[in-house]
Amino acid sequence: MLEIKNLHAKVDNKEILRGIDLTVNAGEIHAVMGPNASGKSTLAHVLAGREAYEVTAGEVRYEGKDLLTMSPEDRAREGIFLAFQYPVEIPGVSTAYFLKAGLNAIRKHRGLEELDAMDFLTLVKEKMKLVEMDQSLLNRPINEGFSGGEKKRNEIFQMAVLDPKLTILDETDSGLDIDALRIVANGVNALRSNDRAMIVITHYQRLLNYIVPDYVHVLFDGRIVKSGGKALALELEEKGYDWIKAKAESAQRMFA
Amino acid sequence: MPTATNTIEALANREYKYGFVTEIEADVAPRGLNEDIIRLISAKKNEPQFMLEWRLKAYRYWAKLEKTEGAPKWANVHYPLIDYQDIIYYSAPKQKKGPESLDEVDPKLLETFAKLGISLAEQKRLTGVAVDAVFDSVSVATTFKEKLSELGIIFCSFSEAVQNHPGLVEQYLGSVVPYTDNFFAALNSAVFSDGSFCYIPKGVRCPMELSTYFRINTADTGQFERTLIIADEGSYVSYLEGCTAPMRDTNQLHAAVVELVALDDAQIKYSTVQNWYPGDEEGKGGIYNFVTKRGKCLGKNSKISWTQVETGSAITWKYPSCILQGDNSIGEFYSVALTNNYQQADTGTKMIHMGKNTKSTIISKGISAGHGQNTYRGLVKIMKGATGARNYSQCDSLLLGDKCGAHTFPYLEVNNNSSQVEHEASTSKIGEDQLFYCRQRGISAEDAVSMIVNGFCKQVFRELPMEFAVEAQKLLGVSLEGSIG
Repeated sequence: MLEIKNLHAKVDNKEILRGIDLTVNAGEIHAVMGPNASGKSTLAHVLAGREAYEVTAGEVRYEGKDLLTMSPEDRAREGIFLAFQYPVEIPGVSTAYFLKAGLNAIRKHRGLEELDAMDFLTLVKEKMKLVEMDQSLLNRPINEGFSGGEKKRNEIFQMAVLDPKLTILDETDSGLDIDALRIVANGVNALRSNDRAMIVITHYQRLLNYIVPDYVHVLFDGRIVKSGGKALALELEEKGYDWIKAKAESAQRMFA
Repeated sequence: MPTATNTIEALANREYKYGFVTEIEADVAPRGLNEDIIRLISAKKNEPQFMLEWRLKAYRYWAKLEKTEGAPKWANVHYPLIDYQDIIYYSAPKQKKGPESLDEVDPKLLETFAKLGISLAEQKRLTGVAVDAVFDSVSVATTFKEKLSELGIIFCSFSEAVQNHPGLVEQYLGSVVPYTDNFFAALNSAVFSDGSFCYIPKGVRCPMELSTYFRINTADTGQFERTLIIADEGSYVSYLEGCTAPMRDTNQLHAAVVELVALDDAQIKYSTVQNWYPGDEEGKGGIYNFVTKRGKCLGKNSKISWTQVETGSAITWKYPSCILQGDNSIGEFYSVALTNNYQQADTGTKMIHMGKNTKSTIISKGISAGHGQNTYRGLVKIMKGATGARNYSQCDSLLLGDKCGAHTFPYLEVNNNSSQVEHEASTSKIGEDQLFYCRQRGISAEDAVSMIVNGFCKQVFRELPMEFAVEAQKLLGVSLEGSIG
């Protein structure tokens, strides 16, 4: 589904991604872990098409297409969903209105009929249950005055409505207490399927107790320095990122 | 983020779709302004003596001003000196006589209004909106007149009101905006050729929205219309005003005056969607919209609400205001002003609290894109006798791109200690993060900007009558189109 080859990217002239290789197939869940400033969020935003991030080398193919030439909205319409670490507030625009605009743009792109208000409401009511979200949030301006937990639930709720093929969860666990984490993870698990892939970006192993990955990759200094199964996350938890840092540095010394 | 800025900016340049010219024979006065022109206008309109005298007094006052200080210079707008002798002050579509019904109106005129989305005949049948259409300087058709007259409501062109209801005109004309008020009000008083007149009798709730549609057609004409609305005791009226003009590369002057009078327990809701031609991308052409709008809450418990959506004009200079004279009277001002390309707007309101326990609310939303300059200017004045007066003002500015500007000048004059005055202001930019968030959900960049801007304006849009709110939302989208690319 997604094939990343030697991806390099910079922000404000600083190189953040320095040669990422990663292949994700339908049905798989990949966890990308790493210390702060290792490039995790940059990877998420580059895949979603944020313009402030400049790709300087490499290639990304998504379902056989050149992802990097597509606009952010086209990526979304083609089925890529980013659950934001910091969901954005838009004053005066209700969650329902926002989501309906997005859903119908995506449906149109896929050759489906746009949903009218009634059908849309039926759909969202069902999906809200997934993340135990209160219906009153639908009519509130999106993310405005939402608690941290509400914002994250709202992201997963949007994912459920938009029905993406590839989901990138960017530190969805940050700022969540254990109950909220469980609710969010349950929502995500309910959306696991054989034709959907997920990239779960996290700093902590904790989330992976709930969302169990097929693969774990460790990102350090803009590169994937180690990949493995779910056991790798536990090993990381135990040994800490210093272990990875030391290994990466010694590897660099060997090459030097 | 240079890319994001470019993206936002590119949304500014969709074509002005009302820019066509109607080929129609017009009865045009010679250029220039002098007492003879005033007499000509008055004679054309077959006006009673009091009107001519009033016009002449206004003209003499204006001429004196013109010689001494000229047009007011305090507004934060810049334009070359206007040559008032190079303007045509009277232009009327040639018709044999005033039309008695729609069937007698020149079909070309009806076509023009149909192109603008106001098919008078259709409107008459389908919607419940009564329309008075003003083409250049003359009112061409008023719909629903009979139905309204059953309730005693007078809704007609100003010229007709002068003929048929001279008493009301004489009593109220200039009672809210005297000709000495300001330069443009004086000019309007001298030369205004038509406009709308509306009287709602005691205790009557006007069952439909009343609407005037203004259209400037002839080149080099000034449009100087005058609207007078009187709501008698306990009555209610909601009034809508829309405007467009053809695209021309010279500037055209629009100097209107609107006067509202609300007697005891009466309510007037006045909504404007102003979409005059704003000039092209380089700032060439466009309407100078120098307008004086003021309402007087003359009676106790009366209420006047101004809601305006200003997207057009090269320059906008207007301050719909309320004089809160009656005790417990209420004034409201809800405004969205958008400037794009080289448009300039200096707009706001004045709330003059005279009566006891008078209340006013000001919600102003300014949006600037391109090289647009947007100024809010507002005065809240609490007079000595206005015990218990209250005001709440909120002025928010939204910037799209980094070449535009937003300015806020709130003036406060409080002469009574028991009053309460609050002012809040904010300035924000459409964030690259907001835009990206929308696009990540599949929403195109253009739709995203339009959605964010509409969200910003929501507090004002919800004050507009339904059909108007939809039109206003669309208009904002259109006015910003092209500032994204």
